[in-house]
Amino acid sequence: MSNDSHPKENFLQKYIFSVDHKIIGLQYGITSLLFLFFGFCLMMVMRWQLAYPETPVPIVGHLLGETGILMPETYNMLGAMHGTIMIFLGIVPLAVGAFGNYIVPLQIGAPDMAFPKLNAASYWAYFIGGVIMLSSFFMPEGAARSGWTSYPPLSIFEAGQTTWLIGMIFLITSSLLGSMNIIVTIVQLRAPGLSWFRLPFFVWAQFVTAFLLVLAFPPLEAAAVLQLMDRVAQTSFFLPSGLVYSGASVDVYGSGSPLLWQHLFWFLAHPEVYVLILPAMGIVGEVIANNTRKPLWGYKSLVYATVFLGFMSFIVWAHHMFLTGMGQAMSAFFQTTTMIISIPSVVILTAFFISLWGASIRFTTPMLFALAFLPMFGIGGLTGLPLGVGASDIHLHDTYYVIGHFHYVVAPGTIFGLFAGIYYWFPKITGRKMSEALGKLHFWPSLIFMNGIFMPMFIQGLAGVSRRLYDGGQLYAHAQDVLQWNEFMSISAFCLAASQIPFFINFFVSLFKGEKVDRNPWGATTIEWSAPSPPLPHENFEGPVEVYRGPYEYSVPGADKDFSPQTEK
Amino acid sequence: MQIPYIVEERPDTGLNNSKLGIWVFLASEVMLFGGLFSAYVFLRMAAPVGDFAYWGSKLSIPMATFNTLVLISSSMTMIMSWASLKMKDFEKFKMYMGLTLLCAFIFLVVKYFEYTGKFHHGIYPSSSTFMGIYFTLTGLHMLHIIGGMIVMGYFWLPFGNKMWTTEPERFTNRIEVAGLYWHFVDLVWIFLFPILYLL
Amino acid sequence: MSENDHGHIQEHIKVYLTVFGALGFLTLLTVAASYMDVSPMEAIFLALAIATIKASLVAGYFMHLITEKQTIIWILCLTFIFFLFCMFIPMITVIDHASLS
Repeated sequence: MSNDSHPKENFLQKYIFSVDHKIIGLQYGITSLLFLFFGFCLMMVMRWQLAYPETPVPIVGHLLGETGILMPETYNMLGAMHGTIMIFLGIVPLAVGAFGNYIVPLQIGAPDMAFPKLNAASYWAYFIGGVIMLSSFFMPEGAARSGWTSYPPLSIFEAGQTTWLIGMIFLITSSLLGSMNIIVTIVQLRAPGLSWFRLPFFVWAQFVTAFLLVLAFPPLEAAAVLQLMDRVAQTSFFLPSGLVYSGASVDVYGSGSPLLWQHLFWFLAHPEVYVLILPAMGIVGEVIANNTRKPLWGYKSLVYATVFLGFMSFIVWAHHMFLTGMGQAMSAFFQTTTMIISIPSVVILTAFFISLWGASIRFTTPMLFALAFLPMFGIGGLTGLPLGVGASDIHLHDTYYVIGHFHYVVAPGTIFGLFAGIYYWFPKITGRKMSEALGKLHFWPSLIFMNGIFMPMFIQGLAGVSRRLYDGGQLYAHAQDVLQWNEFMSISAFCLAASQIPFFINFFVSLFKGEKVDRNPWGATTIEWSAPSPPLPHENFEGPVEVYRGPYEYSVPGADKDFSPQTEK
Repeated sequence: MQIPYIVEERPDTGLNNSKLGIWVFLASEVMLFGGLFSAYVFLRMAAPVGDFAYWGSKLSIPMATFNTLVLISSSMTMIMSWASLKMKDFEKFKMYMGLTLLCAFIFLVVKYFEYTGKFHHGIYPSSSTFMGIYFTLTGLHMLHIIGGMIVMGYFWLPFGNKMWTTEPERFTNRIEVAGLYWHFVDLVWIFLFPILYLL
Repeated sequence: MSENDHGHIQEHIKVYLTVFGALGFLTLLTVAASYMDVSPMEAIFLALAIATIKASLVAGYFMHLITEKQTIIWILCLTFIFFLFCMFIPMITVIDHASLS
């Protein structure tokens, strides 16, 4: 099918089954934001129970039964689905599906992704997977409740898991097709003059992320098939011999291994966490360069660190399994690789910090989020170190310390990076700017309450409060001193929810009433800003794109303005 | 602006988009089957000594050897079908593509007899962990064969090879890409056969 | 790689036929080798070695890797080694475990 003549498209072709990467990117964006909101709501119900145990939950209590109180099974269900939805239906589709799809072709000067129809197919696979996951709530046995980690033997016998597995297969397929598309696009469709080391850091981040997805997801798909067979075909891949469940001997062949699931799962799930952070780091890089009016410090080290990080992420996975009885040699191996992998993250963070030195910082809303990302990710990363060392992990594994650690990286880390991206690229997508006042009203409370929710988790974790506890530690003597934090964290969570209201208002009002701007309101150098706002359907640019310089030529001595766009002769 | 390098190769990579795309996809497939292979290794080590050898001896080596040769032949006919297009011989292409489909079909028939033979003797995936991983690995491989047949069938039938008359080079590339996928399916079997049947 | 010369393709076909013959022979060799009286480790090594040779022939000649740029070949070889490494680590974690006995 040749691309030069575009027959008139009907509504379905133009907006629903579009093959234009911009529409698909927006589809990913809208769907994922809705899922993020839903996942957040699930967590708020859980936090109510933790703050005010055994009291009826307001607003949604009637959905939980006659008493309105959250029951333990439902608590586990909300917990498992909160994790699943946030990671696989929320963050990854937003960071990779939405931002990756929309921005990458524009930043490399391409008219679209390499395989537009495949792009549409990957969105719809994600959509179907999401529908399946959501539908599990309405099944008679309810949604999955064995944690997002789905460890056997529990996951083989617990309710709701089959639907979860089928949903995951669709989601994994969507990710595979999408990341394959991104890799080919970046390798093949770079505009003339756009060599590898002239790529914006965001594109490098998406490139490495795509490789992680392509290579790490399939073993989980294999594992999901195996677990599905254990559940429906009475195989025993993950069930050991002699297993007794609920007092009865389990009638399967046995001689399987629960550890096998853990290995296959974490082989994906560790690279997955780098998938969660890298696109956000990419966005932060773009926003920092633009709002400091300086090139990013250490561009080459950023690139090498990112590639090295991607490579290392495949050989650290068993640090999630230190307590499974592995021997010293292997434990030492994984501790070492885990310590080594902290180095590239530090390099990236340091380069960003040094980029601020001597800069004329513009404190726009995207920049506020990008700046906040730095210390927040710093806390998240540093708190990971005791978890990566076996000796301390013995005490901290499966406690609230872990929850605090990973939420710091993902919530005030990645999500702040994604917010920065939304505020930054909104003018390119819509031709209008979001309100700065509402943006700051969104930013400051969000920052405060994020810390309010997750900082006390370190305190609770160090005291020994386990995660996934329905009662939040009430029954444990060692938890008594730190129980009061539960209410504090829950109130912070509700306030965080309220802090998003300025964002919603800003987003929707700005779509129609936002300040109209020209194609490059931020005075940025990267290629997407030379396209009209929004870029032309199917073609993006008005003519052929040629690149003459690197991505961050800001404040070049002797230039007539403080930025020199990549595409300007 | 059209999407470049759909047919012609990008100078610095020497590839067109689809060829790079299929190689990246095959890399993910390597990890998929690799995950299952490592599961096999794990399960064999977790099983009692001799358990896998005992259950493995129930498989038919002659049938699988025959199937291996059938699949290798199909790889040969596949590359010949592409070579025919390169030599602008459309009739030869159809013949070789038909032969490839025939070989794939024979493979499936033999697999059918293998599977039903097992079921007839009351041997199912749940019968042992070896049988579980055997059926999963060969079953997944079989799904890949069927998928390949659907794509090749599409190119073999008139409505699928219209592109030969309008854009012959692009069509030839499509056959090459389908061929790469098919050779990979053969490759997986080359490892599956000794591991499951002979070891 | 696009070659349009008939003769060029004819030479390639000769190569394909040779590879086909080699693959058939190696298949029969694999089966014969499985009946040899060797230790399990040796049997595994032998089977995988022959399979790797067959796979290299398919990848090199049928999948045209041998004519691709050196970079692609190197990336694939390194990926393959990395893949083997990843696949065998779980095995080692099981061998070396803290046992109660």
